[in-house]
Amino acid sequence: MRTLPFALTGLNGALGVVLALWALLSNREADIGQWAVTPFVRIVFRLDPLGAFFLLVISGGAIAASLYAAAYVEHGPRTAGWGSAAFCIFILAMELLVLADSVFAFLLAWELMSLSSYFLVIQHHRSASVRQAGWIYAAMTHFGTAFLLAAFFLLARNANGLDFADFRALKGSLDPLAQSLVFLLAFVGFGTKAGVIPFHVWLPRAHPAAPSHVSALMSGVMIKTGIFGLLRVGLQFTGPGPAWWGWLILLFGLVSAVLGVLYALMEHDLKRLLAFHSIENIGIILIGLGVAFIAFAEARAEIAALALAAALFHVLNHAVFKMLLFMGAGAVQQGAHTRDLERLGGLIKRMPWTAATFLIGAAAISALPPLNGFASEWLTFQGLLGLAAARAEAASGVALALSAGLLGLTGALALACFVKAFGIAFLAQPRSKGAAHASEVSWPMIGAMVLLATLCIGVGLLPNSVMRLLAPVVVSVVGPVSTTNFALGQIRGTDEGVLAPILILGFLLVLSLLPVLLGRLIGGPSRARIAPTWVCGVALEPSMQYSSTALVKPIRIIFRALIRPYREIELHHAIAPYFVSGVRYQAGVVETYERLVYRPVFAAVVGLAKAIRRLQNGSVRTYLAYICAALVVVLLLVTR
Amino acid sequence: MNLLLASAQVALALAIAPLLNGLIKATKARFQGRAGPSLWQGYADLAKFLSRESVVSVQASWIFRAAPYLYFGALLTTAAMIPMWTAVSPLAGAADAVVLVGLMAVARFALALAALDTGSNFGGMGASREIALATLTELALFLVLFAFAIVAGSTNLTLLVGGDALKVPRLLGFAALAMIAVAETGRIPVDNPDTHLELTMIHEGMLLEYSGRPLGILLWATLVKQMVILSLITTLVAPWGIARGSDPAALAIGLATFLLKLALLGTGLAVVETSFAKLRIFRVPDFLGVAAMLGVFTLISAYLLGGA
Repeated sequence: MRTLPFALTGLNGALGVVLALWALLSNREADIGQWAVTPFVRIVFRLDPLGAFFLLVISGGAIAASLYAAAYVEHGPRTAGWGSAAFCIFILAMELLVLADSVFAFLLAWELMSLSSYFLVIQHHRSASVRQAGWIYAAMTHFGTAFLLAAFFLLARNANGLDFADFRALKGSLDPLAQSLVFLLAFVGFGTKAGVIPFHVWLPRAHPAAPSHVSALMSGVMIKTGIFGLLRVGLQFTGPGPAWWGWLILLFGLVSAVLGVLYALMEHDLKRLLAFHSIENIGIILIGLGVAFIAFAEARAEIAALALAAALFHVLNHAVFKMLLFMGAGAVQQGAHTRDLERLGGLIKRMPWTAATFLIGAAAISALPPLNGFASEWLTFQGLLGLAAARAEAASGVALALSAGLLGLTGALALACFVKAFGIAFLAQPRSKGAAHASEVSWPMIGAMVLLATLCIGVGLLPNSVMRLLAPVVVSVVGPVSTTNFALGQIRGTDEGVLAPILILGFLLVLSLLPVLLGRLIGGPSRARIAPTWVCGVALEPSMQYSSTALVKPIRIIFRALIRPYREIELHHAIAPYFVSGVRYQAGVVETYERLVYRPVFAAVVGLAKAIRRLQNGSVRTYLAYICAALVVVLLLVTR
Repeated sequence: MNLLLASAQVALALAIAPLLNGLIKATKARFQGRAGPSLWQGYADLAKFLSRESVVSVQASWIFRAAPYLYFGALLTTAAMIPMWTAVSPLAGAADAVVLVGLMAVARFALALAALDTGSNFGGMGASREIALATLTELALFLVLFAFAIVAGSTNLTLLVGGDALKVPRLLGFAALAMIAVAETGRIPVDNPDTHLELTMIHEGMLLEYSGRPLGILLWATLVKQMVILSLITTLVAPWGIARGSDPAALAIGLATFLLKLALLGTGLAVVETSFAKLRIFRVPDFLGVAAMLGVFTLISAYLLGGA
């Protein structure tokens, strides 16, 4: 009975996928329905290519998450049905969001999504850190919604009505100030939902607090609705804006990507690490979007199409491998009863299926060929370099090429992070009793992970399948552009410059088996002997192997200017300072934006509140005096 | 796609890489006043390793056993991909510079995981240093490759093969690639390929637990990687003599000049190794930072001077 809601959401997901594929493959748009609650409040739903693509991502995610959740909640807290109810509403709200075609439909779906996800996050509400994560999430999401309301308000002032059809008719007729203001408001509002640095503070708290099927859906799918909103409001309504929009998006994308992965490297809570990686990947998507916006502003439609396709392809790929990784983290937590990397280890032998699928997800997110993460990053590179090559002046071209270099840097940092995450969690020896007695999880959870891992490999080997689905989306946003060469991601329309993952896989397989043959020919049959690891003659202890903090210490030192780690060393002495009896060492990272932005702002707000509190000192006479003074002022104003 | 040429390049890489390493060792020995091993010692070493029994740790999993093969496969795919003595890559349209760097990342991923698999601390040390320095090496390599890619209009390796004119961006690119080559091949001043001490354990640390045939496979693949990195230099910045047609005379000249250039670059590596002391591990990021800055200068000069 507990699995019924998840069966329903799985069915819902399947229907959504079918609908989305039908719309994309046959390149059709459909008006679904409209309903005027009052002449002012109209609820309209419409399926257009951009919405269909995001519907595909959301529904596909729903299928995988439902399969996983069906088994996961068996072991979870016995929360009342509200957890499952919120899950159903959450998926429905996201699907309605991408179908919404009027302001009220959009805001209704948006708020429903935010509220239901709040209830999903605080399912383990007995823990104080979960409750705090919940209210920070609720506060930040309404902070973003306020900006959205302002953006819609501005658009409504200039348009004839509150339908998105009226907003689309505005294209090109907004004055530049209003246009840019709408874009900026939409960027902040949707950026908060997407998790762009510096509006992302809710993400590293909310994703670990939520149960794993929820984290997977939030991280893989919900933050993409921010990207969807940015494209809808920032591009489809306001039309091609000035190029500085694109540069702004590119800058925020680079900052999110580099800082996100650096903070992920410093984490040893597996889910917090994955949450920071989501921030990094949103940065990569924004890099693609930024190039698209710049190219769009300069009327370079081909490059805009390519960059937009790269960003949307990465939306899909990230959904697939991030859900896989969060599911793996949830499986690890269930199997080994901890998510702290410093207490895991050796799980590959006790949880082989989880390990294998996590490895594929880790390889995909590290952008290793021939998997899907590499395909979308390759395409983003092509977009960046294509735009750089098309420019005459050096400054912006060099900036774009440097951005491409930084994108490569984030790829290498992501590889380091997942060597750490997979290597410490699954390899070598267990570092705690929980890990030593870990057990594999049940088959629906494994099934969901295997499904996503297969998608990682499949989409990586056949990127054209996704590019075909993206063609109508790109044409609907950018305008008519040739998509015959599209599937191959070429720049400058040359015949050279394609990505051929099947060919690469073929070479990899053949050449990996070549040494077997060569070894046989040169050295005869292979012989192997099993023996314990040699550690200079002593017995091997789990404490001898590298810990997660130690593994990334060189990176922490190299990039300390960006990470700003702190270190406290205290020497304890009983008698005199010469005889040290103990040393206390604490090291950590306080994120820069928290130190520079959030803490001062919170401190100022709390200080202001304390100052105002002095007005309420508890004495009835003071309150009577306030009432008297207010009465006098009102009388003076009224009798003027 | 030219399967014959790809197989020829793979075969040549497997055959010549130990000889190239032997040349570097012989040059170093001469500079250090020693007699040194013979040029052909590398072949004997490989044959020895390939025929020996290997000892596998009881803690190790299937990753430890599979990693040498994946490492070998990824690096030899790069050898098949990069244009060596012809101006056209054997993989034609599919040979991409980003894919090249990606395949090297695959090799690194496999080896780093295998290093962590046995539960010893030397593997962890090698893996942690390797993944840290690889971030900066990849940054520098990407910047140089993108400088040439923007001028050529594509990241396809066939289009990245340099022309015959010598321009300033190419000199800067050569300097950057030379520094990257020192880092990627694990030579002094970044790492010492001759010892297995803790101080110098970046690449060697990751190999420490391997023995017998898997070790032989890893060593052979490492030698091929060294050759591929040097081929990248010859193809991008020093392509004189490369076969631009497909007649036998051009191919013969191309092959001869390629081998000559490899020998020269190898000798250069040996000279650099004997001229400098090894850097402290946390000075290596400064070294790689200089390489990255040279990459940025290559980029700027390519824009300003209109081509490489």
